[in-house]
Order: sequence, then C-alpha cells, then structure tokens
Amino acid sequence: MSLVPASRALVILRGGDEGSLGGAERARVAQLLLERGLEVACRRDQGVDAADLGSDAPEALAARLAGGAGVGAAPAAWKPWFPVIDYSRCTNCMQCLSFCLFDVYGVSADKKIQVQNQSNCKTECPACSRVCPEVAIMFPKYRHGPINGEEVHTDDVRREAMKVDISALLGGDIYSMLRDRSVKAKSRFSKERDDDRALKERQNCLVALKASRDLDIPAEVLAALPSPKEIQAKAEAARLRAKTAIEGAAAPSDTERD
Amino acid sequence: MSAPRILYCHCAFAKVVPADVKSAVLEGLTGANVEFDAVPDLCEMSARHDPRLRDLAAQQPLHVAACFPRAVKWLFAAAGAELAADSTRVWNMRTESADAVLNGVLERTSPAESVR
Repeated sequence: MSLVPASRALVILRGGDEGSLGGAERARVAQLLLERGLEVACRRDQGVDAADLGSDAPEALAARLAGGAGVGAAPAAWKPWFPVIDYSRCTNCMQCLSFCLFDVYGVSADKKIQVQNQSNCKTECPACSRVCPEVAIMFPKYRHGPINGEEVHTDDVRREAMKVDISALLGGDIYSMLRDRSVKAKSRFSKERDDDRALKERQNCLVALKASRDLDIPAEVLAALPSPKEIQAKAEAARLRAKTAIEGAAAPSDTERD
Repeated sequence: MSAPRILYCHCAFAKVVPADVKSAVLEGLTGANVEFDAVPDLCEMSARHDPRLRDLAAQQPLHVAACFPRAVKWLFAAAGAELAADSTRVWNMRTESADAVLNGVLERTSPAESVR
C-alpha cells in the first residue's frame, strides 16, 4: 500500500478486515492527522493498512502520512472566527452592517446581507451577534449560547431593545448611559445578548481604550485599531451602506415597476 | 433507506468541544468498523468555502457528529452546501456524552436532532 495520500488533504485508513489497522491504532492515527489539519476517511477496502504501520508507533505513521501530504506538525494557530448568518431568522435589517466597523458584512446583488470579508472579523469579538435583533448571527467557536449556535430561546429575543442607536454611539456618552442603567438579572440574555456589553465592545473600538477584563476583545485587536476619527468615518460609511441597501431592497425593480 | 454516511468533525482549531468526548467518539467509530469521514474543522472548511462540503452534504442520509445543529446547518450553507433537512441528523459533542453521540450516529438508538 502506498503511503501517498489520496489527495493533498485526505488520508484513507483501512479497517474492518484482516490486515487492516486495529480500531485503537486507527483512532490514534486519525486523531493525529486531524490535529495536523488533514481530512481522514476510514474505509473497509482501501487505504493505509497494518502493513504500513509495521513496527512504527501510530505517531510515526501519522508523521509520515502528514509529511507525504506536505503538512507540518500542527495546523496554524488560527481560530476560525467569523459570523455565520442563520437566514431562517435574519430579516435583512442591516443592523449588523451598520454596527460592524470592519466591513465584514456586505450586500449581495439581490440586496441580501451576507458575510463578505470574514477575515476582517476581530477574533473573539461577537459584538454584532449581541445586537442582532433576531439572534440570527452565530460565532460557532464562541463559548456561550445562543451566540455559539445553540437553539434560540424565547427570552433570547428582545427585538426592540436590540435596536441600536448608532448616532448615540457616535456622539453620546456611552459610559454615562451605562452607569445609569439598573443592574440586570443574571440571565443568559443579560450575559450574552447584551446591548450594554456590545456597546462597550464597540465603544472600545471607537476610542481605542484598553480592554476591560470583562470584555472579549483581545488587547492586540484594540492596539491595531485606527484613530477615532477614522473609525467614525467608517461607521458613517457603514451606516450609509446599510441605508442604501435597505432602500434598494424596498424599491421595486425595473421589472416590477413595468 | 440506505445506511447513513457518517461525518465526524474534530473541531481542531478551538477547544470548545471537550477533548475526552472527541477522543471517545473517534475511538468508538474506528472500533465499530464502520466507514466514515472525519474532517479537522467544519468552521475552517466553511471559512475557506471548501468544495468538499458540497460532496459531504450530498451524501444522504447523513449523520454528523459535531456541535450545535443550527451552527452546522448554516456553516454548510455559508459554503454553498445545503444539508437536506429531512435526511441529515446532527449530534452535538459540546453538550452530549460520547455514548449518546455514538449511539445516535451508529443508530444504536434513535434520538437525534435534525438540521431543520
């Protein structure tokens, strides 16, 4: 059996009959390959078998297979962090487009909100999800529900409360407003679907303050932010894009007018 | 109905799925001598719009061991791969025990969550 993987990113392991890798060995090899970023297929009648293991430990076999695929010891230390839209909940209100300062969102040719620049998203920042009125934005790597994709409960949705006043964000004293708010109950809503928290996250972006310990924005992200003036210009541009998109979606097309 | 295809996600790029659950499910699948596909991380594949997701979604019926069904459904959709609602079932390794996931994926018992 050749040790060349079926493709650059796929290794097939044989199991289930005489001469195949044992279950424990296959599990160990598969785990090591997956942790290196390779896809693994387990098949009964093809793939790497026990003869390829020889006297090697599974670690050595996995290293050989990964090397054959041109893969190093471990996947890059990159966390897939980007918003995923649940279109069964999204109402195309464009609040996320207005709210995000990093041009992560855009509008498709048919005027539908979409994630266009996911690499612009700031790792560990789920602020847009917190302010989505319909709980339609997920970050699957986030720790808590419903942002992580957990089913949405009735009390997760607080549509009107989540309508964010962007002008207040840009011109108001956010911290004064936050201080005046009464202490909220410690429900899942208040912890994760929290406009206060989202505003604080975004306010940190606006003024490039040092991150508070209770926020989810890494210091390096804040350190890389543009100036407050540039950010305000971005926010205004985002607001206009959202407004244009909503007006475009509402206007009848040429065909409809005819 | 034909035997379900099995897809396992290792969530390799984050530590949100308990490591002991992932290991036990993977060992259970290899020990059961069933054919299955294992991917490093569905999020990462979705981020790259990996065309493999379309191939995997086309395998029906499909049993998925991963995370929250809502997240799995829309991760596939974000990559242009629609999961069939009536023949795709997802077991959640973030919240379920390894035994529960294995029993479901291998059809030892019937409870499951669809991606609807």
